[in-house]
Amino acid sequence: MDTFLQQIINGLVLGSMYALVALGYTMVYGIVNLINFAHGEVLMIGAMVAMSVIALLADASLPGWLILLIAIPVSMLVCSSLNFSIEKLAYKPLRQAPRLAPLITAMGVSLLLQTLAMVIWKPNPKPFPQLLPIDPLDLGGPVITVTQLLILLVTALMLLMLMVLVNHTRLGRAMRATAENPRVAALMGVNPDRVISATFVIGAALAAVAGIMWAANYGTVQHAMGFLPGLKAFTAAVLGGIGNLPGAVVGALLLGLVEAIGAGYLGDLTGGVLGSHYADIFAFAALILVLTLRPSGLLGERVADRA
Amino acid sequence: MKSLAYRWPIFLALAFALLILPIGMQELGAGWVRILALAMLYILLALGLNIVVGYAGLLDLGFVAFYAVGAYLYALMASPHLFETFAAVSQGFPQGLHAPIWLVIPLAAALAALAGALLGLPVLKLRGDYLAIVTLGFGEIIRVFLNNLEHPVNITNGPRGLDRIDPMSLWGLSLSKPLMLGDFKIASVTLYYWLFLALVVLSVLLCYRLEHSRIGRAWMAIREDELAARAMGINTRDMKLLAFALGASFGGVAGAMFAAFQGFVSPESFSLMESIMVVAMVVLGGIGHLPGVILGALLLAALPEVLRYIAGDIQNLTGGRIDAAILRQLLIALAMIGIMLLRPQGLWPGGLAQPGLARRT
Amino acid sequence: MSLLEVNQVSKRFGGLQALADVDLRIEVGAIHGLIGPNGAGKTTLFNLITGLYTPDSGQFSLDGKRYRPQAVHEVTKAGIARTFQNIRLFKDMSALDNVLVGRHIRSQAGVWDAIWRSRRFKREEKALREQALALLDYVGIESYAWHRANSLSYGDQRRLEIARALATEPRLLALDEPAAGMNASEKKVLRDLIERIRADGRSILLIEHDVKLVAGLCDRITVLDNGRVIAEGTPDAVQRDRRVIEAYLGA
Repeated sequence: MDTFLQQIINGLVLGSMYALVALGYTMVYGIVNLINFAHGEVLMIGAMVAMSVIALLADASLPGWLILLIAIPVSMLVCSSLNFSIEKLAYKPLRQAPRLAPLITAMGVSLLLQTLAMVIWKPNPKPFPQLLPIDPLDLGGPVITVTQLLILLVTALMLLMLMVLVNHTRLGRAMRATAENPRVAALMGVNPDRVISATFVIGAALAAVAGIMWAANYGTVQHAMGFLPGLKAFTAAVLGGIGNLPGAVVGALLLGLVEAIGAGYLGDLTGGVLGSHYADIFAFAALILVLTLRPSGLLGERVADRA
Repeated sequence: MKSLAYRWPIFLALAFALLILPIGMQELGAGWVRILALAMLYILLALGLNIVVGYAGLLDLGFVAFYAVGAYLYALMASPHLFETFAAVSQGFPQGLHAPIWLVIPLAAALAALAGALLGLPVLKLRGDYLAIVTLGFGEIIRVFLNNLEHPVNITNGPRGLDRIDPMSLWGLSLSKPLMLGDFKIASVTLYYWLFLALVVLSVLLCYRLEHSRIGRAWMAIREDELAARAMGINTRDMKLLAFALGASFGGVAGAMFAAFQGFVSPESFSLMESIMVVAMVVLGGIGHLPGVILGALLLAALPEVLRYIAGDIQNLTGGRIDAAILRQLLIALAMIGIMLLRPQGLWPGGLAQPGLARRT
Repeated sequence: MSLLEVNQVSKRFGGLQALADVDLRIEVGAIHGLIGPNGAGKTTLFNLITGLYTPDSGQFSLDGKRYRPQAVHEVTKAGIARTFQNIRLFKDMSALDNVLVGRHIRSQAGVWDAIWRSRRFKREEKALREQALALLDYVGIESYAWHRANSLSYGDQRRLEIARALATEPRLLALDEPAAGMNASEKKVLRDLIERIRADGRSILLIEHDVKLVAGLCDRITVLDNGRVIAEGTPDAVQRDRRVIEAYLGA
């Protein structure tokens, strides 16, 4: 039972990180109908920038948590600016282009970011500094580290802030309107460019935080670290219903739980035939299943096909 | 079709040049001929992907899976691995497994085609973006399986890969040994190059004939407007499956050739980066246009080698941070972004010079 | 026996009842009009007949036989071809190629024929080309055969779409607002074309907003309003029908 509870905790932590990235995917898709292939890379850049900031402050004899507190907003700022520029330079000119073009460009951007990371931070995996106490807290059976606890709290906080933004601010209203019907929203005075930029900026900020948490949780960073989480986060977004914000969170938590529990028990379940390294393709299999059987996702609308 | 017939002296000259090219390059070093041979394989891949992306308009980001299928199929059929791993095989085939070329090519094509159809089935209803991601997922799934199918039964030998793969042999002539024409020695790589060149020529002919046919038109209709294509009575489901299967078969044959050429396969050669490279080749060259696709493949295949000459300087300039591999990745990324922003139809797109006139089929 | 019979067909989209208990009968060799205010359900009915939507209830019969428009491509094989309200041509393909695609279901060459270039393939391609050119000539745009479809003028694009639909050898040609955006002289040309198509043995179902065109062209008209049939009959009868006048002008 303890192992099971442990896997639940692990799953929730994993799901939280996926949720932050999934929100970025789903928001962008909801407004510009584009799968931003490069979004996973933003996670990676967030982690890398944070690592550099922390390294910079290493001699400053500040407490660990304070360094982290400084690194996070800096990283968010860098990632948001980066995403903002990418949108303006690479995606905006292609808004009216046939479907293939922005997809290819996004792939190119993803590759570019990875390569730049290889150049700036060198290709070998690096340890992410442990700034928080590493002793796990005993919850009477399962354990949770301070980092993991913080991940859950920070995610909850970010989600709350996002909900407030989307539901109670002018910008949020503009975003919802543009997601529903961009032309009419524009006719009502909403500037689509601003809304789109805002979406990319917010998505990047969330992904940056996710990246830092990922690095803190697993202890290493590397230029390719964003690929799989990005893909899985996208799967989560589709699972929950693409374009649907709460759906992205639900999908992500679900995916995280399935992955954690599955990885833990897969070996036993299949009598050793499939080991835990097959856990990665869970996400792909889940994606294929969802898109084949219920493409609108768990919480998505069932939209009738209008010719 | 008339316009092509008039151009055939050019084709003849081109063919001759291509044939003797390696003889000349042999003098410069076998390395160059090897690059040519590999470039031929990339052209095969690009031609196959062109059927899926260029003709039918389906963005497949997992094309390398079919390359892998062909490669591993040949590797298993023409190396000691199965012989050494399974008693049943060593008993049934005491001489070991040595599949001949006339069996390998159709088998690799067929198996890859089957894989293509299987991949196609679940993605039939998906739109562009989703299709891309799902096919990407399939490519990764194949790679994970290749990496892990070593227990409980060792089929792929995991990350270590399969080695001691038989070289190709045509009617008793093994391509791994140089051919002596009197005093003149033709290197093994040159022989492989000729074999691959022959396959490329055959493939180009195949693609050309498919393109200019009822099937090709149906594919293009699907690419342009799938709903309208269906309204014209085209069974888009079957057509898409056909595109997947045919495109995949090219990948399978190329994979088998690759395995024979290298003598060794491992999951590392079949990464997502390879899939993206082939997509970049097709997109950069000119989607759906055979000469463009070939150009794209040649450019991106030759690129790393050209880079080796200047990479050394750049590496010194940047203190060792940018090597040839990174430079290649960087250029591919920039090429993909640049082409879409500046010249989305590719470097050498189809279509006649005069505006308004469309490409003849 | 009528060519196409639609019986008590209904369709609902979420909260909206797009069509309710709609009946329609198209006689062989007739030009049948379908009119009604915007949102009446005309295109929905069209889409039901041509297999884009599945009806919630109701039946169809084609040539007296039960007809279930399940898949769009089956519908075309069965002999119903359509054009689209917003013109859905294969934009980057030539006009000729567009029509050749229309000939797809009435031709046989498969992958093997294409690859081996068999004699059958060559014969068929030659025949297809001639047929396609003839069709382009029939609608009056043969000179644009090699031009890219989206480089044609609006009126010519509409005619190309009709040629493409005709290429499928339909028994029933369903035209969705073919005269939209046309001026008076273009409409005259279109009207002559439709008459000629009928004279050559096909039946036509026509959605149109131009009342004059519809009245002059159609043998019978069905009027829809809010998803229901409010009138059906000859143009004269329909034009004088009180309910029709109310529907268009508002009560």
